[in-house]
Amino acid sequence: MKLTRRALPMLLAAPALAQAVPKVVVIGGGFGGTSCARALQGHGIAVTLVEARETYTSCPFSNAVIAGLRPISTLRFGYEGLRRAGITVVHGTATGVAGREVVLGDGTRLPFDRLVVSPGITLRFDALPGYSEAASETLPHAWQAGAQTELLARQLNAMEDGGTVIMTVPENPYRCPPGPYERASLIAYFLKTRKPRSKLLVLDAKDAFSKQRLFEAAWAALYPGILEYVPLSGGGKVTGVDVGARRVTTDFGDHDGAVINVIPPQRAGDLARVLAVADRSLWCPIDPESFESRLVPGVHVIGDAAIAGAMPKSAFAANAQGRVCAAAVAALLRGTPVQTPRLLNTCYSLVAPGYGISIAGVYRPANGLLTDVPGAGGTSPLNAPPTTREAEAHYAEDWFQTITTDAFG
Amino acid sequence: MRWRLLALLAWPAMAMAQEAPPGASTCLGCHASTRTDAAIPSLRGRDPADVAEAMRAFREGRRPATLMDRLAKGFSEEESQAIAAWIVR
Ligand SMILES: Cc1cc2nc3c(=O)[nH]c(=O)nc-3n(C[C@H](O)[C@H](O)[C@H](O)COP(=O)(O)OP(=O)(O)OC[C@H]3O[C@@H](n4cnc5c(N)ncnc54)[C@H](O)[C@@H]3O)c2cc1C
Ligand code: HEC
Repeated sequence: MKLTRRALPMLLAAPALAQAVPKVVVIGGGFGGTSCARALQGHGIAVTLVEARETYTSCPFSNAVIAGLRPISTLRFGYEGLRRAGITVVHGTATGVAGREVVLGDGTRLPFDRLVVSPGITLRFDALPGYSEAASETLPHAWQAGAQTELLARQLNAMEDGGTVIMTVPENPYRCPPGPYERASLIAYFLKTRKPRSKLLVLDAKDAFSKQRLFEAAWAALYPGILEYVPLSGGGKVTGVDVGARRVTTDFGDHDGAVINVIPPQRAGDLARVLAVADRSLWCPIDPESFESRLVPGVHVIGDAAIAGAMPKSAFAANAQGRVCAAAVAALLRGTPVQTPRLLNTCYSLVAPGYGISIAGVYRPANGLLTDVPGAGGTSPLNAPPTTREAEAHYAEDWFQTITTDAFG
Repeated sequence: MRWRLLALLAWPAMAMAQEAPPGASTCLGCHASTRTDAAIPSLRGRDPADVAEAMRAFREGRRPATLMDRLAKGFSEEESQAIAAWIVR
């Protein structure tokens, strides 16, 4: 009750401004939704959080689980902390909105003055010939953490030394731009230390990627002869998969893998389509000042689902957007001007245990989108001493602790 | 119950008291105000002048950093001072 205590003098001083507490429903209890719900609660708003699952499994640090570097239990979080903070948590699937009420699968109706949605992503199983949700039981995506993460970890463990692991990486935009390259690094680390005669082939549908020079320098130093990276121009775009044969097809030829990790193309979570907040790009256009949908007034979209301009789809960004969106929603409900926001993002990646790198950015609205503040942000230096890499690996872990405590309590 | 009633009496005023200057709320994504065991330190209870000076030093490259130099460059002196005043509460 820290916030209430702090606000108490103000409360007592201002009884003349009496007004009913406004209601906000937040759908999606991932990094965006939980952060927003907590911040709204801090603004004195009555918040109901709707989340389909009782346990959340974090994607950040799931690449370390795949490489056997940490147990998946350290990525699991419940919603008791949010309840303790006074937020009403309802487990159920939102199936639509009727007037000013959210409708859940079981028929429950939740009234709201404004609605915030952070539904994350839906994998586009239809976008890659041969791939499907059923196929992901054999060729895991592991791009939504949980059972898929454990499956990929098990497959790597069970693979005979000397096998080829294949990873396929989609075009932009997708959740966590540096994520596939962190995963490639940590799988290479696993192979180097556990199955040294094996190889990793990374097939990428693009030619350039986040923190590329840092990753490539680390790969050349740490994983020569193990990790082979094939960009679009070298034949990296995968055009189909054959589940039975464990084979992927590119315009340049076929590749067989003992273990194949398919990261499929993505779109805003299904809910975005149901609420009609996604446009033809399959993502959600928003006003960068308030995160209010450009398509449906009164509904705000944050996190991976939103088109946030230069801001990447990351847990860090979702958390930052959750806070900024909460302040904007509070202002709109109050009838005061929405402050022009400034947002930060930092994505840490591990290329090996004790070897961290980062990319950072500072963003502000310009021309209707979130754009980079010039002169700020960028990546870790290319030629930093090992102590810097070690410090960044340490800070990455610290950030994870802080962000998950902040989100889930 | 009592807290709820108080909040009900004066919702708008309470909300005003919380307003963070642009950029400030995201600092908390790393500088937790509640964790005490963190490697990235909490800034609560610091002297705002010290926080503003640290931001200036990061921005001007005078203070060693793995990351803060890149973030501090996104804020002017005035903006940094406003953030410093808010984040120490
Ligand atoms: C391998 C990997 C590594 C990553 N590493 C990092 C990292 O190091 N740092 C970083 O910042 N980011 C990282 N990310 C990205 C991060 O996971 C996402 O950006 C983040 O989860 C986005 O948050 P969100 O709130 O938008 O969506 P999510 O976290 O996916 O949350 C969405 C929630 O909404 C719920 N939901 C959806 N629809 C409904 C409905 N209709 N009704 C009820 N509930 C619903 C879902 O169950 C889910 O819990 C990584 C991602 C991957 C895949
Ligand atoms: C992604 C994590 C991250 C974010 C976000 C972040 N910081 Fe930092 N901060 C760090 C790290 C790491 C250090 C240690 C210095 C370094 O290595 O860059 C630090 C150090 C500092 C220090 C010096 C503290 C001390 O006593 O040593 C100050 C002051 C500070 N940050 C202020 C801020 C402010 C203000 C913001 C928001 C604009 C912010 N930070 C956002 C990670 C972060």
